Amino acid sequence: MDAILLQVLNGLDKGSAYALIALGLTLIFGTLGVVNFAHGALFMIGAFCAVTLQKILNISTISLDPTKTDFLGDPLKIKTPLVETWFGEIAGQAIIDWTVPLAVLFSIPIMLVIGYVMERGLIRHFYKRPHADQILVTFGLAIVAGELVKANFGATEIQVPAPDLLAGVTDLGVYLGFDVGRVAYPTWRITFFCFSLAVIGSIFAFLQFTTFGMVVRAGMADRETVGLLGINIDRKFTIMFGIAAAVAGVAGVMYTPIKPPSYELGMQFLVISFVVVVVGGMGSLAGAVLAGFMLGILESFASMNEVKSFFEMLYLPSIDQIIIYLVAIIVLLVRPRGLLGKAGVMED
Amino acid sequence: MLKLDKKDAVTFLFVVAITLLAPFIMNPFPTESGLAQFNAGYPDLMQRFVIFGIFAIGYNILFGLTGYLSFGHAAFLGMGSYAAVWMFKLLTMNVIPALILSIIVAGLFSLLIGFISLRRSGIYFSILTLAFAEMSFRLAYSVLTPLTNGETGLQITLKDPRVLDAINTTGHQPVTSLFGLEMRNTATLDIAGWAFQFNVGYYVSAVFMLIAFYISMRIFRSPFGLMLRAIKTNQTRLNYTGLNSRPYTLAAFVISGMYAGLAGGLLASMDPLAGAERMQWTASGEVVLMTILGGAGTLLGPVLGAGFIKYFENIFSKINDNILHSWFSFMPESLETFFTTIIHPFVGKGWHLTLGLMFMLIVTFLPGGLVDGGTRIWNRIRKNKKSSSSAASSTEPVE
Repeated sequence: MDAILLQVLNGLDKGSAYALIALGLTLIFGTLGVVNFAHGALFMIGAFCAVTLQKILNISTISLDPTKTDFLGDPLKIKTPLVETWFGEIAGQAIIDWTVPLAVLFSIPIMLVIGYVMERGLIRHFYKRPHADQILVTFGLAIVAGELVKANFGATEIQVPAPDLLAGVTDLGVYLGFDVGRVAYPTWRITFFCFSLAVIGSIFAFLQFTTFGMVVRAGMADRETVGLLGINIDRKFTIMFGIAAAVAGVAGVMYTPIKPPSYELGMQFLVISFVVVVVGGMGSLAGAVLAGFMLGILESFASMNEVKSFFEMLYLPSIDQIIIYLVAIIVLLVRPRGLLGKAGVMED
Repeated sequence: MLKLDKKDAVTFLFVVAITLLAPFIMNPFPTESGLAQFNAGYPDLMQRFVIFGIFAIGYNILFGLTGYLSFGHAAFLGMGSYAAVWMFKLLTMNVIPALILSIIVAGLFSLLIGFISLRRSGIYFSILTLAFAEMSFRLAYSVLTPLTNGETGLQITLKDPRVLDAINTTGHQPVTSLFGLEMRNTATLDIAGWAFQFNVGYYVSAVFMLIAFYISMRIFRSPFGLMLRAIKTNQTRLNYTGLNSRPYTLAAFVISGMYAGLAGGLLASMDPLAGAERMQWTASGEVVLMTILGGAGTLLGPVLGAGFIKYFENIFSKINDNILHSWFSFMPESLETFFTTIIHPFVGKGWHLTLGLMFMLIVTFLPGGLVDGGTRIWNRIRKNKKSSSSAASSTEPVE
């Protein structure tokens, strides 16, 4: 029982990332009808916002301490980050410690601008072109984004630690009546899960309860009629693109302590998030979220040793590597519109 | 000739001439000159030209002709490589059985994957092939390690059985050959500072490329090809006429898969190892780029695109900062540094950045590819000639 609970928890954090990326993809597809292969790149750019902020916060002044020497006998160099000089030692250290949560705030405006520029500068010209062209141009963009990051940050993974307060392990099992130490789970992953629930919740609330959201939903259902009513729907959709980019971005930021980002992060998540979108049903926001969590949990179950050895008997070793794709293919064949897809929407 | 009409026969002869004379054409600069780094006439690169030419020709039958955007074809290329290396390990170092097996294996897998993926069209098809590609990559990379040797890649060893070959007593790795003619053999012809290299592997691949090109030409001109074009133009209307388009799309998918398998087999024949990284879906992106860069749906386009990309990949990734400095050394130092810093990210290791940018520019501004661009420029020149004979001298074609 506790093992199963642990696997569900393990799946939740990956599932949250899948769900957030897939949510953004679906928003873009539902509003603008564009298949955005650069969405993984947006996730990656978000992660590198955190890296950048970490670098900025760690800009230091170097002073020499004549009383101590390092192992070469030279005076010891002391690095004092500028934030510590400005805000005092305690506040400065706290700021550096809380880099990742701060990076969320830092990344939102950046991602909104990137999304806005991307839509106005590039994607806009592709609405009337075939889907293949949209896929190809955004694929090119994804390559460019990845390579730019590689040129600036190098090809290795960069560690961005979680705040000390959230970096430890929480023993969730104790609250549920298990023995101590049976269901221990990294606190940051719980934070990430709660964070993604909050983001998903606020996106849904935004679409459901605001006038803006109502117009966007109307536009998703029938763009032309909304336009004829005198509403500048293109502008609203552009903003939605920015929001989708921001969702991917903050997901990337919050994911950095779980998986240190490298320039390949975008491409790694891209395929899976597309699979998630298709399994959930193209154009269905709830479907994307549901499928994201489901596939995440499924993946973590498949990596259980018991499950693995069962599939090894069926000559399918390391089933966890391919389970998502197998499930996706089966779902698409049995239920082409996806789990929660509406009948007739992109069903051919 | 060869059941081709006159225009096609001319095109085909043109391609034959270019491929056979490639060691001369690709080597325009003398070995000692400073421009020698722009030469492409060495075996390794020329082999890649024709092999990826085959890959792109096949992909074009699916993407260019039928309009299905697949991201999974690198998987077939990889499977072809694995099949060929297994043949080298088990049967013989002769390339013919290896190539036959790689075509068959790629054909069977493309039949399976195509059968499933082609139940959908449009983006769904692309995403399905994407999922299959990623799955095949992971299968090759970790799951099927006994078959593929995982991360290290599949290689030939001295201990392999090779039942048809004579027992290897030399203690050296055996080399791939065509009935005794070793693939790596190269004859060099030195004429007044030029060194032209004629490589067996290149010519074997070139012959396969010409056959592949001929077949694709016949497909383009056949009723079957017409049907594929109809599917690209308007599949719904075609279905309303009572035609089931599935067999045609599946045939196109399998044919292009077999082309990819042949290309993979040839890659392994030139250098007998197969790795999983060949199967990554981003590698499929490259063949898409080759096809659209040259011109999707045109005959010559894919070959042109493959050559173009492989050439620039090779040249760009060789350029380093020293070469850049020597180029701009005639400028004042500040300008020199400026230009070097500007160009630096795009060359050497940054070649993929150039590739990505090229991808975006081509899709945005020249969806018809180089062939289309060339035709448009040619037409404009001709029009200008008709209206005023002097205007033509000012415009010159980029190609």
